[in-house]
Amino acid sequence: MISNQIIRISPDRKVGAFFYPQIRWETNAADPYTPHSFIEQKSLFLFPDMLVSQPMSQKVLLSSKEIHIILHRLACQLLENHLDFKDTVLIGLQPRGTFLANRLAKLLKEEYKVKDIKLGLLDITFFRDDFRRGEKPLEASSTSIDFLVEGKKVVLIDDVLYTGRSIRAALTAIQSFGRPEEIELLTLIDRRFSRHLPIQPNYRGRQVDAINEEKVKVLWKENEGKDVVYLVNR
Amino acid sequence: MPALSVRHLLGIKYLNEKDIELIFETADQFKEVINRSIKKVPSLRDITIANIFFENSTRTKLSFELAEKRLSADVLNFSASQSSVKKGETLIDTVNNILSMKVDMVVMRHPNPGAGIFLSKHVNASIINAGDGAHEHPTQALLDSYSIREKLGEVGGKKVIIVGDILHSRVALSNIFALKLQGAQVKVCGPKTLIPKYIESLGVEVEPDLRRGLEWCDVANMLRVQNERMEMSYFPTTREYTQQFGINRELLDSLDKEIVIMHPGPINRGVEITSDVADSSQSIILHQVENGVAIRMAVIYLLASQLKT
Repeated sequence: MISNQIIRISPDRKVGAFFYPQIRWETNAADPYTPHSFIEQKSLFLFPDMLVSQPMSQKVLLSSKEIHIILHRLACQLLENHLDFKDTVLIGLQPRGTFLANRLAKLLKEEYKVKDIKLGLLDITFFRDDFRRGEKPLEASSTSIDFLVEGKKVVLIDDVLYTGRSIRAALTAIQSFGRPEEIELLTLIDRRFSRHLPIQPNYRGRQVDAINEEKVKVLWKENEGKDVVYLVNR
Repeated sequence: MPALSVRHLLGIKYLNEKDIELIFETADQFKEVINRSIKKVPSLRDITIANIFFENSTRTKLSFELAEKRLSADVLNFSASQSSVKKGETLIDTVNNILSMKVDMVVMRHPNPGAGIFLSKHVNASIINAGDGAHEHPTQALLDSYSIREKLGEVGGKKVIIVGDILHSRVALSNIFALKLQGAQVKVCGPKTLIPKYIESLGVEVEPDLRRGLEWCDVANMLRVQNERMEMSYFPTTREYTQQFGINRELLDSLDKEIVIMHPGPINRGVEITSDVADSSQSIILHQVENGVAIRMAVIYLLASQLKT
């Protein structure tokens, strides 16, 4: 197979592998003289355009180690502002913000010895503003908040801040559980320049200048087997 | 996320297992919502729903209205008894007049079987059948199965007996379709005169003896005798009916297991079920009512998501 790297010679100039065929000559017991991916190679030579439309080139934005460091920094920043977390609640947004929220809560408890962390998971599906605007119904996840947020300091936690619409929905949804004293926002990735609403995070892991055709994919050890953040080129 | 395979909810007959699973999963989330201190979500704020009831109802009407309001829909209520239907207006005219006021969805109860299906072919709105004569009552069957799922973990493989007036009951027919679709075993029990002639063709067994039926089942769904639909006498006396097909404490205590008791309401206490059974911990009658709101929210939400803006 042709690896994705050779498609891009320089970041802004796409050149087909037509000019740079990279063939792995791994031997095969049955047919030792043919490269494994000979068929694909041949079709690429015949139709070099295939490469330009080849989807999904992805690049690592944050490695497992960087995520580890960032999580510790975010935990410290939360500590700095909330100290004992007496009147603070962490709210992870379903579905993808819950991993980050769980991770931070665990870190604060185990590494920073905060005794009592109140953590809730909030689903915002029924508060979204794109109901009936897509092809499929919006899929709801479960909400589990077994405390009132009345008079509390709420920290909303999500993995990627993009248009800001999810956070807008979360700001409305959280009111079903009382009137918080204040609400803050923590996100691992902040995609600036793509906001539809005037919403900014109070705590951010990493700021990314991704264009709209690109997608930020956050994977978690608990769910996908490894901690990594990719920038995927669609 | 998958969508429902239908645009209207006219009967369980038109649904598949995936639809039921989707409705239940959505209802789980709404059940959490209606147990919050603020029980309302803004999903349907640009949807208008008309509740058109050509037949009396308390539970179903209140339940639908509450479900609609909890979803922030605008609600129009219409009862045939206070309307121009009495002046000779046809069903299509009535509904089209309501729809011209820009209504997106119609919840209808009607004494004639098939009224919802007829309407769905003639008007441009999503129709939810809230009971059509002795035909179907899909949301009741969904909430019954949902309550069984909640109490016993799942519906598949469970044994359910439906006791009482099967002949006039839309609840029985919808329940049979829903339970069979989810892989439950179903028996019906009641006076021979109140069991439809070809009921076996739906894949259910007839059990003439209540006691044997209760020993067999995990769940007993007790139905009311619908005197208002009986133009002739189907059994000698109410007292005799109660002795043969009524459920009471002694009967339940004499079984070697604890079964779940359900009733779609309204209850005729002392006829099909005694008060001590209806109010016991074995009965999930009030859970059914609570789940009714969540199920109806799920159905309305899923149908409304198919309406284009």
